[in-house]
Amino acid sequence: MNSSVDPVEAITFFLCALVVMGGAFGVVTSRNPVHSALGLVATLFGIAVLFLAQGAQLLAAVQVIVYTGAIVVLILFVLMLLGVDTEDDVDEEPLVGQTAAAIFVALGLLGLLVTTVFVGGSEIVTGTKSTTAAISPDESNIAQVGRVLFTDYVFAFEITALLLTIAVVGAVVLARRPRSYEPMPEPASMAAPEPFPSQDDAEGSVH
Amino acid sequence: MEGLNAGYLMLSALLFCMGAYGLLVRRNPLVMLMCVELMLNAVNLSFVTFGSMLDDVAGQAIVFFVLVVAAAEVVVGLGIVVAVSRRRPGATADDIRTLRG
Repeated sequence: MNSSVDPVEAITFFLCALVVMGGAFGVVTSRNPVHSALGLVATLFGIAVLFLAQGAQLLAAVQVIVYTGAIVVLILFVLMLLGVDTEDDVDEEPLVGQTAAAIFVALGLLGLLVTTVFVGGSEIVTGTKSTTAAISPDESNIAQVGRVLFTDYVFAFEITALLLTIAVVGAVVLARRPRSYEPMPEPASMAAPEPFPSQDDAEGSVH
Repeated sequence: MEGLNAGYLMLSALLFCMGAYGLLVRRNPLVMLMCVELMLNAVNLSFVTFGSMLDDVAGQAIVFFVLVVAAAEVVVGLGIVVAVSRRRPGATADDIRTLRG
């Protein structure tokens, strides 16, 4: 194993790391949730480039299509639906010492992880090099991932279909407007359905 | 350790902790969901790095399952956010405590 690093790969890595961490910082600190979503796009895009740098071409494409194309758009859609004018008060602390405790937890976690990486060194991954699913340079990345997905992990793959079905049904059930929040009035009034925004909606605190 | 693998793992650890911090500090449920996405992406990055360290495609296959779980989580989470904020516009994560009887 040569320990020399290809300078192009190193430059790519540091630029992407900068983009990823800048985006993450934006997600965590910006007051406006829309700015957080834009920071998330930067982070996800940087990670897609890092996937590409590691030879996972299919994952890079899927990352851009699924994450930035679907998930972030979904989040932004809900953000717009609920009103974009709400700004978070980042400085307010509902629980005393919440920020200090969060910093403590995050730094402790970071210390543990970094220590693991340093102490582990070259033995950080245990196990032997793969013999059945080795990454071969003369076959395309998509073909290799697809073969593994439909042979070794086909049962897990089927389970994800079930999971997605459950998620879709759950989302429909959750987001469906219930007919009324009030207990049903007398049956005679059922003939003329009342207009939807019911009593409860009107008196909910507006921001 | 060969090449930049340690750097990738460091970046992954940093991103994970940043996401955890945001999840603990922020109270807007949508921003909390975004922080969960940050953490999941950090894990994805380390999966791909371990995969390339072990020269194994399985590291990339597992990222697919993480991706599916993340999509399902976001869909259900956004459904809950929409359902809650229909009753209480501008609700934060702390307002969930009004569920207590």
